[in-house]
Amino acid sequence: MMKRLVTLSINGEEVSAAVEPRMTLADFIRSEARLTGTHVGCEHGVCGACTVRVDGRTARGCLLFAIQCEGSEIETIENFGDGKGADLQQAFVEHNALQCGFCTPGMLIAADELLRDDPSPTRQAVREYLSGNYCRCTGYQAIVDAVMDVAERRRRK
Amino acid sequence: MTDLSGLDRPNSYIGRSVERPNAARLTRGRGRFVDDIDLPRMLHVAFARSPYAHALVKSVDTAGAAALAGVIRVVTMSDLAEYCTPWVGVLDHLKGIKSASQWPLANGKVFSQGEPVAAVVAASRAIAEDAVERIAIDYEALDPQVDPKASLAPDALPIHAELGDNLCFERKIDTGDVDEAFSTAAHVVEAEMRFNRHTGVTLEPRSIICDFDASQRALTLYMSVQCPHMSKNLFARHLNLDENNVRVICGDVGGSFGIKIHTYADEMTAAALAVMLERPVKFVADRLESFITDIHARDHEAKARLAVDGDGRITAFDLDDLTGIGPFSVYPRTSGIEVNQVLNLTGGPYAHGAYRAHGRVVFQNKNNMCQYRGVGHPIAVAIAEHLVDKAAKVTGQDPAEFRRRNFIADDAYPYTSPSGAIYERQSHRECLDKLLEKCAYDDLRAEQSALRRKGVYRGIGLVSLVEVTNPSPAFYGVGGARIASQDGCTLRLDPTGGVTCLTGVTEQGQGTETIIAQVAATAIGINMANIRVITGDTETVPYGGGTWASRAAGIGGEAALRAGKALKQNILSVAATILQDRAENLDIRDGVIVTAVDRTERMPLSELGRIVYFRGDTLPKDLAPELVVTRHYTQNTYPFCFTNAAHACYLEVDTDTGMIRLLGYWVVEDCGTVINPKLVAEQTRGGVVQGLGPALFEECIYSPEGQLMNGSLADYLVPMAGEMPDIVVDHVVTPTQTSELGAKGVGEAGTAGAPAAVMNALNDALGPFDVELTDMPFTPEKILRALGRVSGRDQK
Repeated sequence: MMKRLVTLSINGEEVSAAVEPRMTLADFIRSEARLTGTHVGCEHGVCGACTVRVDGRTARGCLLFAIQCEGSEIETIENFGDGKGADLQQAFVEHNALQCGFCTPGMLIAADELLRDDPSPTRQAVREYLSGNYCRCTGYQAIVDAVMDVAERRRRK
Repeated sequence: MTDLSGLDRPNSYIGRSVERPNAARLTRGRGRFVDDIDLPRMLHVAFARSPYAHALVKSVDTAGAAALAGVIRVVTMSDLAEYCTPWVGVLDHLKGIKSASQWPLANGKVFSQGEPVAAVVAASRAIAEDAVERIAIDYEALDPQVDPKASLAPDALPIHAELGDNLCFERKIDTGDVDEAFSTAAHVVEAEMRFNRHTGVTLEPRSIICDFDASQRALTLYMSVQCPHMSKNLFARHLNLDENNVRVICGDVGGSFGIKIHTYADEMTAAALAVMLERPVKFVADRLESFITDIHARDHEAKARLAVDGDGRITAFDLDDLTGIGPFSVYPRTSGIEVNQVLNLTGGPYAHGAYRAHGRVVFQNKNNMCQYRGVGHPIAVAIAEHLVDKAAKVTGQDPAEFRRRNFIADDAYPYTSPSGAIYERQSHRECLDKLLEKCAYDDLRAEQSALRRKGVYRGIGLVSLVEVTNPSPAFYGVGGARIASQDGCTLRLDPTGGVTCLTGVTEQGQGTETIIAQVAATAIGINMANIRVITGDTETVPYGGGTWASRAAGIGGEAALRAGKALKQNILSVAATILQDRAENLDIRDGVIVTAVDRTERMPLSELGRIVYFRGDTLPKDLAPELVVTRHYTQNTYPFCFTNAAHACYLEVDTDTGMIRLLGYWVVEDCGTVINPKLVAEQTRGGVVQGLGPALFEECIYSPEGQLMNGSLADYLVPMAGEMPDIVVDHVVTPTQTSELGAKGVGEAGTAGAPAAVMNALNDALGPFDVELTDMPFTPEKILRALGRVSGRDQK
């Protein structure tokens, strides 16, 4: 299959690679940029493990082709903590809001977007918002606790 | 124990909700899962899998695939025959269990949809998948056996002709007095129940990289697995390698729940290909492969009854359980263990004297079924707890009171159940009483009653259960499987004063590394931050069983405790020489050697390390400091350490839509010594949700042709955050006397109880309609059918 040169900005660094048009954004991030914090859980857009930010909004890395993202700004879990999501990461640790950690990068990025959209969510709103990100280990409660805790801390700032 | 858990000590971590040291790494994308590893010269494998549930493989044409650029090799079973021997999933102690030889690739016949027939090794997974599409396989379809009852019919064609019939395993327990108990009973209640086939859906799929060094005939396996030493043995055995030359490295594991403790044909093929090609081979199942090849769970049909005497006491249980396991008993743990557990555990909390149970395990042409979180427990618990609720109703008692009256007497322990299970000590009454207090049971009943008058149907489901943990060699070892029940811990004091800890138990997110560090740090007297725990590498960690059957804390924890105490003694004896004092006058607190009586600081461990490692010249010549210790532990007092728990579920049923809304869930569990309350609670919550899933949503739906109809995450429903309730967890603490630590396991109890709690709450909610639902999952359609709100063709 013909390869095409794709250039993406990933976490502020330009990454160029000649890839097949069928390569997903998630695979590009993992195999070309070698950022393995973005996980691939289902490859059909359901589980949310591959959630990344594309031009400021969350997206499923497995539902986009890398060539669709030409010129886009991609943000992954690897620079999530730089002044933005560090409080969420810390809260996830404090509340034990992760067990195996496979869903965690996607869950954090989704939770961060929720708190940007709605700084004062109810518990049920958090549950609804995160329903596009599957977790098989925790039962979700600790994740909700962590997000509510960060919402509260951010409001107090 | 008192010297360890005294709260005045700075390093008393047992009983404290400390954070997991390995969690921060995972929040920053610094996990190391198998698919994150990329070895030089690594190849990728993809499989041509059978679309048929049962078929002869007439021919396989691989020429088109082999011709594709980037393809290195295309193989069928005949190519692998000299590299890999077949396996049979039987154990000696399951009398009469039988299964057929299983090959890594189809050996002329396929027995379930998804069975691998040919494998392509290529430069990338994408190329390998392209090539798979070019493989032409000529099948001759055979009639599939999908229904377990039909598989047992006298005229049913045996799936494996050499076995004679489709009965894999059968077990009966009969205390002999059952018929009399039923004939003299004041009441008899009975039910038929169906437990849906479902699967684990580990978010990280099964993954393996096989790296073969031909110069050493050494195989290194990077695996997402729960039991590295077991895998080391199995791959060595079936690839004809020296077991000493096989190394399993298990890094981060993205969920397992029992899925990742079995032998899978595709993983064995990947390893055989690595040996054949002398290059690293990676196999990562995609989600669609996971659904049709990860072991499935449950698939039981049960019929059971319970006898009650005139005093409202349970006198007997009588049950028949039939389970369909797919075409093979899974190797090496077998697919007979689950039925065995159903028979061992049904009615576990109660003091009935008479017991009869019949379990049958049947071959069928569906995916293989084997041990998944809770193994047998959800079935045993649901059977008994549903009948107990019915018995309470028929005797006019509140279900809580009926349970309390029928529990094994508190002073009867240790107690041998009619099934032969031995309970060291259970706290059913205390757990139930605490549960009722936690959920404000009387208030819930009052609310239920008030709302019912307004046409709102809410139900409360109670469950009491026993859970198998801390298994002895009786689980697998006596059956001939090389699955260790003992486990070990090695502790090394480094020159820095820090400690390196190696343990045979493994981490899949439960918090194993944390609790091992808590126990070891407590025993030695150092800050937890100064312990590094290493798991999962067979080249370095002590030989052990890994993590399954809720054994990591109880078995691995006790080994860590013993190692920690021994290391402390060794440190103090060296310190005594250096300080010219007596070892018994010294203690270690927060990494500093102190005078025991007044805590005067004498020497930091880092100074002791410096002297021992670098200035041995200053020590007496006959002093032989030993700052590395290893201790092992086997629980062999009882076959298992049973825990117990009580669950309550509160839910509302919309009788117009059939939708269930979970309003509340409470668990009081007794896992003995609680090493880390937060981790225990989180294991419990996660377990509960894994039980709520199959009670409400999860089901592997098969067509009559043996085709999985919903094998994608878009079609197979798992619990999402929005549907799950907050879950209140509390504890009763009855430490096991089998170990000094006193810890039992907690991994299964949530999953064990949740399906029964939902079922009981649902039937309680629908009490006024005189309907009974016992066919999981409880979908809106089934509820509306039961209520007579919809009719027409049954989808099931």
